[in-house]
Amino acid sequence: MSAPARVGSLWHRYVRSYAPAALIFILFLVLWELAVIVFQIKGFLLPRPSAIWEAYLDNRTVVWNAGYVTLQEALGGLILGSLLGTGMALATARWTTVREGLLPFAVAINSAPIIALAPIFNAWFGASNPLSKMAVVTVMVFFPVMINMVRGLAAVASQELELLRSYAAGPREILRKLRIPNSLPYLFSALKVVVVLAMIGAIVAEYFGGAVQTLGVFISQQAANTRFAQAWSGIIVGSLMGIGLYLLVVLVERRVMPWHVSLRGPGP
Amino acid sequence: MLDDVVVSMRHVTKVFNPGSPDELTAVRDIEIEIRRGEFLSLIGPSGCGKSTLLRLIGDLLPVSDGQVAVNGKSPYEARIDRDYAMVFQQATLLDWRTVGRNIHLPLEIMGHDIGQRRSKTKELLSLVDLEGFEDHYPWQLSGGMQQRVALARALSFEPSLLLMDEPFGALDEMTRERMQMELMRIWNQTQTTVVFVTHSIPEAVFLSTRVAVMSPRPGRISEVVEIDLPQPRRFETREMPEFFARVTEVREALRGFSEVE
Repeated sequence: MSAPARVGSLWHRYVRSYAPAALIFILFLVLWELAVIVFQIKGFLLPRPSAIWEAYLDNRTVVWNAGYVTLQEALGGLILGSLLGTGMALATARWTTVREGLLPFAVAINSAPIIALAPIFNAWFGASNPLSKMAVVTVMVFFPVMINMVRGLAAVASQELELLRSYAAGPREILRKLRIPNSLPYLFSALKVVVVLAMIGAIVAEYFGGAVQTLGVFISQQAANTRFAQAWSGIIVGSLMGIGLYLLVVLVERRVMPWHVSLRGPGP
Repeated sequence: MLDDVVVSMRHVTKVFNPGSPDELTAVRDIEIEIRRGEFLSLIGPSGCGKSTLLRLIGDLLPVSDGQVAVNGKSPYEARIDRDYAMVFQQATLLDWRTVGRNIHLPLEIMGHDIGQRRSKTKELLSLVDLEGFEDHYPWQLSGGMQQRVALARALSFEPSLLLMDEPFGALDEMTRERMQMELMRIWNQTQTTVVFVTHSIPEAVFLSTRVAVMSPRPGRISEVVEIDLPQPRRFETREMPEFFARVTEVREALRGFSEVE
């Protein structure tokens, strides 16, 4: 097959796989608009998409600037939480006592409503300090990353372990050559969950008080002043950022592990 | 003469979960000596402890009683000295490594530099007839090709002993016979000592210089059949009357043990 033909068919494939979703989305917006007009739904209950779009155009500098600050908080927490989570997971793989002593607590805390800590962190770091939001996100991110990573490091096929032992590989080599690569799919499935959690965590934490120019504060203030179309425009920017982060993870995943069952093509 | 013995087993017994209700004696009182350059097959009914025996030699399981020596050392020392390589029924290639990087995995662990690894990998790819597949991932290869990669990987560090656990068991008949030919060619070329576990009588006879027949659990070596077919083994070997005679001999030795394929 020649290269241009391939590109052409690839393009067709994209169109064919994304066209239905795009059409449904447009249809959804049209129905929403019509429903609000036909049933005369009050703007404070559900604004029309066109009204949200207008509000967005009027406020876009403010919304995006606020979103940018919130994104930084989310990213900071993501990076910190992921690093801590993977670091701790690696420690459990190396020392069984760490695993046995720590893992039950990790599982327990993972089930706790971490967002409830937001007011506490506001008191610790100051509500307008981005660190207070980063701290919430860090804690939210830490546990899923750690727990998944621990699982991935442990879930090694026994025959692969025998293989490495037959080469007289020590624990460090087994960790580097076998356990860590084996844990990557687990890490990425955690990251896909956690990037979305990070945006939620940062925005909701801001509802409890934050710097004036943040997405959470913007949304809650607009809503309090019954400017719901404006509030919605903030929600949409937050969603776009969440989707963007998710896609970024998917992209990195494809680069890092093209060999994985979920990403590779059919076999021979 | 003594240093000609690669593997020696004396009164070797392996008991799993000793003392517990599910205690299981896998093999009992195994006595055998395997000499340099020999190709020895272990054959017997399912669950007779053939694979266990291989793992005792390779120090992947500890013996319960008796002594195993590999090149005159304990299995542990032999493993640490990288005296043997293991080939499993599943190719056990690492998904995230290309064919080339799978083959030089042992060399990487043993600290060979990248130049040595590259040249060795090239040489091995041509030995197992997989030139040009260096950058493929395992999932892009057929089962037979994957098993050839596993074989190349095992040979990469030139171990004096090759332990093979039903390596062709998962392959179809045609691929299997081709792999047997290939293994014979490589064995003639490398002169490595091989211990080969199999379920197939013709496979054992075709490949081996000796076939050790095992009884059902707890497994013991009930008989050792010399296979004096001419070397090198070739396609026509399977059609020789002597071949059938040895197959019959092994089959007779296995008689009474049901479940044999």
